[in-house]
Amino acid sequence: MTYIGIIITFVFINNFILTQFLGLCPFIGVSKNIESAVGMGFAVTFVMALASLTTWAIQNFILVPLNIEFLQTITFILVIASLVQFVELVIQNISPALYKALGIYLPLITTNCAVLGIAIISVQSKFNALESFVAGFAAGLGFLLAILLMSAIRTKLDNEWIPKPFRGIPIAFITGGLMALAFMAFDKALLTNLIG
Amino acid sequence: MLKEFTKGIFKENPIFIIVLGLCPALGVSTKVINAIGMGAGVIFVLLGSNIFVSLLKNFIPEKVRIPSYIVIIASFVTIVQMTMEAFAPALYKSLGVFVPLIVVNCIILGRAEAFANKNTVMSSIMDALGMGIGFTLALLLIAFIREFLGAGTITLFPVGSFSGVIRIPVLADNPVRVFGLAAGALLVIGFLKAFFNWYSERRAG
Repeated sequence: MTYIGIIITFVFINNFILTQFLGLCPFIGVSKNIESAVGMGFAVTFVMALASLTTWAIQNFILVPLNIEFLQTITFILVIASLVQFVELVIQNISPALYKALGIYLPLITTNCAVLGIAIISVQSKFNALESFVAGFAAGLGFLLAILLMSAIRTKLDNEWIPKPFRGIPIAFITGGLMALAFMAFDKALLTNLIG
Repeated sequence: MLKEFTKGIFKENPIFIIVLGLCPALGVSTKVINAIGMGAGVIFVLLGSNIFVSLLKNFIPEKVRIPSYIVIIASFVTIVQMTMEAFAPALYKSLGVFVPLIVVNCIILGRAEAFANKNTVMSSIMDALGMGIGFTLALLLIAFIREFLGAGTITLFPVGSFSGVIRIPVLADNPVRVFGLAAGALLVIGFLKAFFNWYSERRAG
Protein backbone atom coordinates (compact mmCIF):
# COMPACT_ATOMS: atom_id res chain seq x y z
CA MET A 1 0.00 0.00 0.00
CA THR A 2 1.30 3.47 -0.83
CA TYR A 3 1.71 6.07 1.91
CA ILE A 4 -1.21 8.11 0.58
CA GLY A 5 -3.26 4.92 0.58
CA ILE A 6 -2.37 4.30 4.24
CA ILE A 7 -3.31 7.86 5.18
CA ILE A 8 -6.70 7.74 3.41
CA THR A 9 -7.41 4.30 4.87
CA PHE A 10 -6.69 5.24 8.48
CA VAL A 11 -8.20 8.73 8.42
CA PHE A 12 -11.43 7.95 6.55
CA ILE A 13 -12.11 4.34 5.56
CA ASN A 14 -11.01 2.66 8.78
CA ASN A 15 -11.51 5.67 11.03
CA PHE A 16 -10.52 4.38 14.46
CA ILE A 17 -13.50 5.78 16.33
CA LEU A 18 -16.30 5.62 13.81
CA THR A 19 -15.62 2.24 12.21
CA GLN A 20 -13.25 0.34 14.53
CA PHE A 21 -14.54 1.44 17.96
CA LEU A 22 -11.05 2.20 19.26
CA GLY A 23 -10.70 5.16 21.60
CA LEU A 24 -14.39 5.62 22.38
CA CYS A 25 -13.94 6.61 26.03
CA PRO A 26 -12.17 9.93 25.33
CA PHE A 27 -14.43 10.41 22.29
CA ILE A 28 -17.45 10.53 24.59
CA GLY A 29 -15.68 11.85 27.69
CA VAL A 30 -13.53 14.71 26.36
CA SER A 31 -15.75 16.02 23.56
CA LYS A 32 -17.86 18.44 25.59
CA ASN A 33 -16.02 21.52 24.31
CA ILE A 34 -13.87 22.25 21.30
CA GLU A 35 -10.63 23.29 23.07
CA SER A 36 -10.28 20.12 25.09
CA ALA A 37 -11.23 18.00 22.07
CA VAL A 38 -8.47 19.62 20.00
CA GLY A 39 -5.96 19.22 22.84
CA MET A 40 -6.81 15.56 23.27
CA GLY A 41 -6.78 15.00 19.50
CA PHE A 42 -3.26 16.43 19.07
CA ALA A 43 -1.90 14.62 22.12
CA VAL A 44 -3.29 11.31 20.82
CA THR A 45 -1.93 11.89 17.29
CA PHE A 46 1.52 12.63 18.68
CA VAL A 47 1.60 9.59 20.97
CA MET A 48 0.10 7.24 18.37
CA ALA A 49 2.71 8.11 15.73
CA LEU A 50 5.55 7.62 18.23
CA ALA A 51 4.04 4.49 19.77
CA SER A 52 3.51 2.86 16.40
CA LEU A 53 7.15 3.48 15.43
CA THR A 54 8.57 2.42 18.82
CA THR A 55 6.58 -0.78 19.03
CA TRP A 56 7.64 -1.61 15.46
CA ALA A 57 11.27 -1.40 16.59
CA ILE A 58 10.58 -3.47 19.73
CA GLN A 59 8.77 -6.13 17.71
CA ASN A 60 11.41 -6.44 15.00
CA PHE A 61 14.62 -5.93 16.99
CA ILE A 62 13.74 -7.63 20.27
CA LEU A 63 10.63 -9.85 20.23
CA VAL A 64 11.12 -11.58 16.87
CA PRO A 65 14.90 -12.28 17.13
CA LEU A 66 14.49 -13.67 20.64
CA ASN A 67 11.40 -15.61 19.60
CA ILE A 68 9.27 -14.22 22.44
CA GLU A 69 6.36 -12.77 20.45
CA PHE A 70 3.94 -14.14 23.05
CA LEU A 71 5.08 -11.32 25.35
CA GLN A 72 3.79 -8.79 22.81
CA THR A 73 0.80 -7.52 24.81
CA ILE A 74 2.71 -7.06 28.05
CA THR A 75 5.74 -5.43 26.37
CA PHE A 76 3.70 -3.08 24.21
CA ILE A 77 1.60 -1.75 27.06
CA LEU A 78 4.69 -1.13 29.18
CA VAL A 79 6.47 0.57 26.29
CA ILE A 80 3.43 2.77 25.67
CA ALA A 81 3.11 3.67 29.35
CA SER A 82 6.79 4.65 29.58
CA LEU A 83 6.61 6.47 26.26
CA VAL A 84 3.72 8.57 27.52
CA GLN A 85 5.66 9.42 30.70
CA PHE A 86 8.73 10.29 28.62
CA VAL A 87 6.75 12.49 26.23
CA GLU A 88 5.24 14.24 29.23
CA LEU A 89 8.70 14.97 30.68
CA VAL A 90 10.13 16.15 27.37
CA ILE A 91 7.22 18.47 26.61
CA GLN A 92 7.31 19.83 30.15
CA ASN A 93 10.98 20.82 29.74
CA ILE A 94 10.99 21.98 26.14
CA SER A 95 7.71 23.80 25.85
CA PRO A 96 5.79 24.72 29.00
CA ALA A 97 3.07 26.29 26.83
CA LEU A 98 2.46 23.05 24.96
CA TYR A 99 2.61 21.16 28.25
CA LYS A 100 -0.07 23.41 29.65
CA ALA A 101 -2.28 22.68 26.64
CA LEU A 102 -1.73 18.91 26.41
CA GLY A 103 -0.51 18.03 29.91
CA ILE A 104 -3.74 16.93 31.51
CA TYR A 105 -4.61 14.65 28.59
CA LEU A 106 -1.31 12.77 28.46
CA PRO A 107 -1.83 10.45 31.48
CA LEU A 108 -5.26 9.50 30.09
CA ILE A 109 -3.69 8.30 26.86
CA THR A 110 -1.97 5.25 28.37
CA THR A 111 -5.32 3.52 28.71
CA ASN A 112 -6.64 4.77 25.38
CA CYS A 113 -7.19 1.61 23.36
CA ALA A 114 -6.48 3.44 20.10
CA VAL A 115 -2.77 3.62 21.00
CA LEU A 116 -2.31 -0.08 21.79
CA GLY A 117 -4.66 -0.78 18.89
CA ILE A 118 -2.50 0.95 16.28
CA ALA A 119 0.62 -0.77 17.66
CA ILE A 120 -0.95 -4.22 17.27
CA ILE A 121 -2.60 -3.43 13.92
CA SER A 122 0.69 -2.10 12.46
CA VAL A 123 2.48 -5.29 13.49
CA GLN A 124 -0.32 -7.49 12.12
CA SER A 125 -0.34 -5.58 8.81
CA LYS A 126 3.44 -6.21 8.53
CA PHE A 127 4.18 -2.53 7.94
CA ASN A 128 7.82 -1.35 7.70
CA ALA A 129 9.16 1.38 10.02
CA LEU A 130 8.01 4.37 7.96
CA GLU A 131 4.64 2.78 7.15
CA SER A 132 4.05 2.13 10.87
CA PHE A 133 4.84 5.74 11.67
CA VAL A 134 2.56 7.05 8.90
CA ALA A 135 -0.23 4.67 9.94
CA GLY A 136 0.03 5.83 13.56
CA PHE A 137 0.02 9.46 12.52
CA ALA A 138 -2.92 8.99 10.14
CA ALA A 139 -4.97 7.03 12.68
CA GLY A 140 -4.32 9.86 15.14
CA LEU A 141 -5.50 12.41 12.57
CA GLY A 142 -8.65 10.33 12.08
CA PHE A 143 -9.20 10.45 15.84
CA LEU A 144 -8.64 14.23 15.84
CA LEU A 145 -11.11 14.68 12.98
CA ALA A 146 -13.81 12.60 14.65
CA ILE A 147 -13.46 14.16 18.11
CA LEU A 148 -13.35 17.68 16.62
CA LEU A 149 -16.56 17.10 14.60
CA MET A 150 -18.20 15.55 17.66
CA SER A 151 -17.32 18.44 19.96
CA ALA A 152 -18.60 20.97 17.41
CA ILE A 153 -21.92 19.11 17.18
CA ARG A 154 -22.17 18.79 20.98
CA THR A 155 -21.58 22.52 21.46
CA LYS A 156 -24.53 23.17 19.12
CA LEU A 157 -26.64 20.55 20.89
CA ASP A 158 -26.21 22.44 24.18
CA ASN A 159 -28.62 25.07 22.86
CA GLU A 160 -31.26 22.60 21.75
CA TRP A 161 -34.05 21.05 23.75
CA ILE A 162 -33.40 17.32 24.23
CA PRO A 163 -35.79 14.87 25.96
CA LYS A 164 -34.56 14.37 29.52
CA PRO A 165 -33.48 10.69 29.39
CA PHE A 166 -31.40 11.43 26.27
CA ARG A 167 -29.40 14.31 27.74
CA GLY A 168 -25.64 13.89 28.11
CA ILE A 169 -24.18 10.54 27.12
CA PRO A 170 -27.11 8.94 25.19
CA ILE A 171 -27.42 11.81 22.72
CA ALA A 172 -23.62 11.75 22.28
CA PHE A 173 -23.81 8.09 21.28
CA ILE A 174 -26.67 8.69 18.88
CA THR A 175 -24.79 11.62 17.33
CA GLY A 176 -21.77 9.33 16.98
CA GLY A 177 -23.97 6.73 15.31
CA LEU A 178 -25.20 9.24 12.76
CA MET A 179 -21.60 10.35 12.11
CA ALA A 180 -20.64 6.70 11.59
CA LEU A 181 -23.45 6.41 9.04
CA ALA A 182 -21.98 9.39 7.19
CA PHE A 183 -18.50 7.83 7.29
CA MET A 184 -19.86 4.72 5.59
CA ALA A 185 -19.65 6.76 2.39
CA PHE A 186 -15.86 6.30 2.58
CA ASP A 187 -15.21 2.73 1.48
CA LYS A 188 -12.59 0.71 -0.36
CA ALA A 189 -14.05 1.83 -3.71
CA LEU A 190 -13.08 5.41 -2.89
CA LEU A 191 -9.46 4.37 -2.50
CA THR A 192 -9.40 2.52 -5.83
CA ASN A 193 -11.02 5.47 -7.60
CA LEU A 194 -8.59 7.96 -6.11
CA ILE A 195 -5.24 6.25 -6.49
CA GLY A 196 -6.05 3.23 -8.65
CA MET B 1 -20.54 -9.47 50.83
CA LEU B 2 -23.56 -10.06 48.61
CA LYS B 3 -23.86 -6.32 48.08
CA GLU B 4 -20.37 -6.21 46.51
CA PHE B 5 -21.60 -8.84 44.08
CA THR B 6 -24.94 -7.37 43.03
CA LYS B 7 -23.84 -3.73 42.74
CA GLY B 8 -21.84 -4.49 39.57
CA ILE B 9 -24.81 -6.12 37.92
CA PHE B 10 -27.40 -3.40 38.42
CA LYS B 11 -26.63 -0.29 40.43
CA GLU B 12 -23.09 0.26 39.13
CA ASN B 13 -23.28 -1.65 35.85
CA PRO B 14 -19.96 -0.86 34.11
CA ILE B 15 -21.44 -0.27 30.66
CA PHE B 16 -24.83 1.31 31.24
CA ILE B 17 -24.26 3.24 34.46
CA ILE B 18 -20.52 4.01 34.80
CA VAL B 19 -19.97 3.91 30.99
CA LEU B 20 -16.54 2.26 31.03
CA GLY B 21 -15.06 -0.36 28.72
CA LEU B 22 -16.99 0.73 25.68
CA CYS B 23 -14.58 -0.18 22.89
CA PRO B 24 -14.88 -3.96 23.29
CA ALA B 25 -18.57 -3.66 24.10
CA LEU B 26 -19.26 -2.15 20.72
CA GLY B 27 -16.51 -3.76 18.70
CA VAL B 28 -17.33 -7.39 19.39
CA SER B 29 -21.08 -7.20 19.82
CA THR B 30 -22.00 -8.25 16.28
CA LYS B 31 -22.65 -11.86 17.36
CA VAL B 32 -23.96 -13.33 20.62
CA ILE B 33 -21.13 -15.89 20.71
CA ASN B 34 -18.51 -13.11 20.54
CA ALA B 35 -20.17 -11.42 23.50
CA ILE B 36 -20.01 -14.65 25.50
CA GLY B 37 -16.32 -15.14 24.63
CA MET B 38 -15.39 -11.55 25.42
CA GLY B 39 -17.38 -11.64 28.67
CA ALA B 40 -15.63 -14.82 29.79
CA GLY B 41 -12.22 -13.30 29.01
CA VAL B 42 -12.99 -10.12 30.93
CA ILE B 43 -14.37 -12.02 33.96
CA PHE B 44 -11.19 -14.14 34.10
CA VAL B 45 -8.82 -11.16 33.82
CA LEU B 46 -10.83 -9.06 36.27
CA LEU B 47 -10.92 -11.89 38.80
CA GLY B 48 -7.18 -12.55 38.47
CA SER B 49 -6.17 -8.90 38.66
CA ASN B 50 -8.50 -8.10 41.58
CA ILE B 51 -7.18 -11.09 43.57
CA PHE B 52 -3.52 -10.23 42.94
CA VAL B 53 -3.89 -6.50 43.47
CA SER B 54 -5.67 -7.05 46.76
CA LEU B 55 -3.09 -9.65 47.87
CA LEU B 56 -0.19 -7.37 46.98
CA LYS B 57 -1.74 -4.11 48.15
CA ASN B 58 0.65 -3.79 51.11
CA PHE B 59 3.77 -4.53 49.02
CA ILE B 60 3.30 -2.30 45.98
CA PRO B 61 4.78 1.17 46.54
CA GLU B 62 2.23 3.94 46.03
CA LYS B 63 4.27 5.66 43.27
CA VAL B 64 4.53 2.69 40.90
CA ARG B 65 1.12 1.22 41.57
CA ILE B 66 -0.41 1.93 38.14
CA PRO B 67 2.47 0.30 36.17
CA SER B 68 2.36 -2.65 38.59
CA TYR B 69 -1.38 -3.09 38.05
CA ILE B 70 -0.85 -2.93 34.30
CA VAL B 71 1.78 -5.70 34.45
CA ILE B 72 -0.56 -7.91 36.51
CA ILE B 73 -3.44 -7.28 34.11
CA ALA B 74 -1.28 -7.82 31.01
CA SER B 75 -0.08 -11.19 32.34
CA PHE B 76 -3.65 -12.42 32.75
CA VAL B 77 -4.57 -11.09 29.31
CA THR B 78 -1.67 -13.06 27.82
CA ILE B 79 -3.01 -16.21 29.51
CA VAL B 80 -6.46 -15.55 28.00
CA GLN B 81 -4.94 -14.89 24.58
CA MET B 82 -2.95 -18.13 24.55
CA THR B 83 -5.78 -20.27 25.93
CA MET B 84 -8.29 -18.85 23.47
CA GLU B 85 -5.93 -19.27 20.52
CA ALA B 86 -5.33 -22.91 21.46
CA PHE B 87 -8.87 -24.02 22.32
CA ALA B 88 -11.20 -21.66 20.44
CA PRO B 89 -9.25 -20.45 17.37
CA ALA B 90 -12.41 -19.39 15.48
CA LEU B 91 -13.56 -17.21 18.37
CA TYR B 92 -10.03 -15.81 18.80
CA LYS B 93 -10.01 -14.82 15.16
CA SER B 94 -13.39 -13.13 15.22
CA LEU B 95 -12.58 -11.16 18.39
CA GLY B 96 -9.32 -10.11 16.71
CA VAL B 97 -7.50 -7.12 18.12
CA PHE B 98 -10.00 -6.80 20.98
CA VAL B 99 -8.48 -9.73 22.91
CA PRO B 100 -5.11 -8.03 23.58
CA LEU B 101 -7.04 -4.80 24.11
CA ILE B 102 -8.58 -6.24 27.30
CA VAL B 103 -5.38 -4.82 28.85
CA VAL B 104 -6.59 -1.27 28.38
CA ASN B 105 -10.22 -2.01 29.26
CA CYS B 106 -10.84 0.77 31.78
CA ILE B 107 -13.12 -1.44 33.93
CA ILE B 108 -10.23 -3.66 34.97
CA LEU B 109 -7.73 -0.95 35.88
CA GLY B 110 -10.62 1.02 37.36
CA ARG B 111 -11.59 -1.79 39.75
CA ALA B 112 -7.96 -2.37 40.75
CA GLU B 113 -7.53 1.30 41.60
CA ALA B 114 -10.96 2.00 43.06
CA PHE B 115 -11.70 -1.24 44.88
CA ALA B 116 -9.13 -4.05 45.06
CA ASN B 117 -6.28 -2.00 46.54
CA LYS B 118 -8.41 -1.01 49.53
CA ASN B 119 -10.37 -4.19 50.25
CA THR B 120 -9.89 -7.78 51.34
CA VAL B 121 -9.33 -10.62 48.89
CA MET B 122 -12.81 -12.05 49.46
CA SER B 123 -14.69 -8.83 48.77
CA SER B 124 -12.42 -8.15 45.77
CA ILE B 125 -13.42 -11.53 44.34
CA MET B 126 -17.10 -10.66 44.83
CA ASP B 127 -16.56 -7.25 43.25
CA ALA B 128 -14.76 -8.79 40.25
CA LEU B 129 -17.49 -11.40 39.70
CA GLY B 130 -20.26 -8.81 39.99
CA MET B 131 -18.59 -6.29 37.67
CA GLY B 132 -17.58 -9.03 35.22
CA ILE B 133 -21.08 -10.50 35.08
CA GLY B 134 -22.61 -7.02 34.80
CA PHE B 135 -20.29 -6.30 31.86
CA THR B 136 -21.12 -9.64 30.22
CA LEU B 137 -24.88 -9.20 30.61
CA ALA B 138 -24.72 -5.71 29.11
CA LEU B 139 -22.62 -7.04 26.24
CA LEU B 140 -25.06 -9.92 25.67
CA LEU B 141 -28.01 -7.53 25.53
CA ILE B 142 -26.29 -5.31 22.95
CA ALA B 143 -25.10 -8.32 20.91
CA PHE B 144 -28.54 -9.93 21.02
CA ILE B 145 -30.26 -6.81 19.69
CA ARG B 146 -27.61 -6.23 17.02
CA GLU B 147 -27.47 -9.80 15.75
CA PHE B 148 -31.25 -10.31 15.94
CA LEU B 149 -32.00 -7.21 13.87
CA GLY B 150 -28.80 -6.92 11.84
CA ALA B 151 -28.41 -10.49 10.63
CA GLY B 152 -31.65 -12.22 11.65
CA THR B 153 -29.72 -14.93 13.46
CA ILE B 154 -28.56 -15.79 16.97
CA THR B 155 -25.19 -17.54 17.07
CA LEU B 156 -24.44 -19.77 20.07
CA PHE B 157 -22.16 -22.76 20.64
CA PRO B 158 -22.60 -25.69 18.23
CA VAL B 159 -23.76 -28.69 20.30
CA GLY B 160 -24.13 -32.11 18.62
CA SER B 161 -26.39 -31.89 15.59
CA PHE B 162 -27.36 -28.29 16.46
CA SER B 163 -25.16 -25.98 14.39
CA GLY B 164 -25.28 -23.20 16.96
CA VAL B 165 -27.08 -20.74 14.72
CA ILE B 166 -30.76 -19.93 15.28
CA ARG B 167 -32.41 -18.29 12.27
CA ILE B 168 -35.25 -15.84 12.82
CA PRO B 169 -37.74 -16.62 9.98
CA VAL B 170 -38.56 -13.27 8.37
CA LEU B 171 -35.58 -11.24 9.56
CA ALA B 172 -32.97 -13.70 8.28
CA ASP B 173 -34.03 -12.99 4.70
CA ASN B 174 -34.46 -9.25 5.12
CA PRO B 175 -32.11 -8.17 7.90
CA VAL B 176 -31.74 -4.51 8.89
CA ARG B 177 -28.04 -4.51 8.02
CA VAL B 178 -27.19 -1.18 9.63
CA PHE B 179 -27.44 -2.78 13.09
CA GLY B 180 -24.51 -5.04 12.25
CA LEU B 181 -22.36 -2.06 11.26
CA ALA B 182 -20.54 0.50 13.36
CA ALA B 183 -23.36 3.04 13.19
CA GLY B 184 -25.90 0.52 14.50
CA ALA B 185 -23.79 -0.25 17.55
CA LEU B 186 -23.59 3.40 18.59
CA LEU B 187 -27.33 3.92 18.01
CA VAL B 188 -28.26 0.79 20.01
CA ILE B 189 -26.12 1.75 23.01
CA GLY B 190 -27.42 5.34 22.87
CA PHE B 191 -31.04 4.23 23.01
CA LEU B 192 -30.33 1.60 25.70
CA LYS B 193 -28.57 4.16 27.88
CA ALA B 194 -31.49 6.56 27.44
CA PHE B 195 -33.87 3.76 28.42
CA PHE B 196 -31.88 3.00 31.60
CA ASN B 197 -31.79 6.72 32.46
CA TRP B 198 -35.55 6.92 32.05
CA TYR B 199 -36.11 3.74 34.06
CA SER B 200 -33.90 4.70 37.01
CA GLU B 201 -35.44 8.15 37.14
CA ARG B 202 -38.95 6.70 37.18
CA ARG B 203 -38.02 4.34 39.99
CA ALA B 204 -36.40 7.13 41.99
CA GLY B 205 -39.24 9.64 41.47
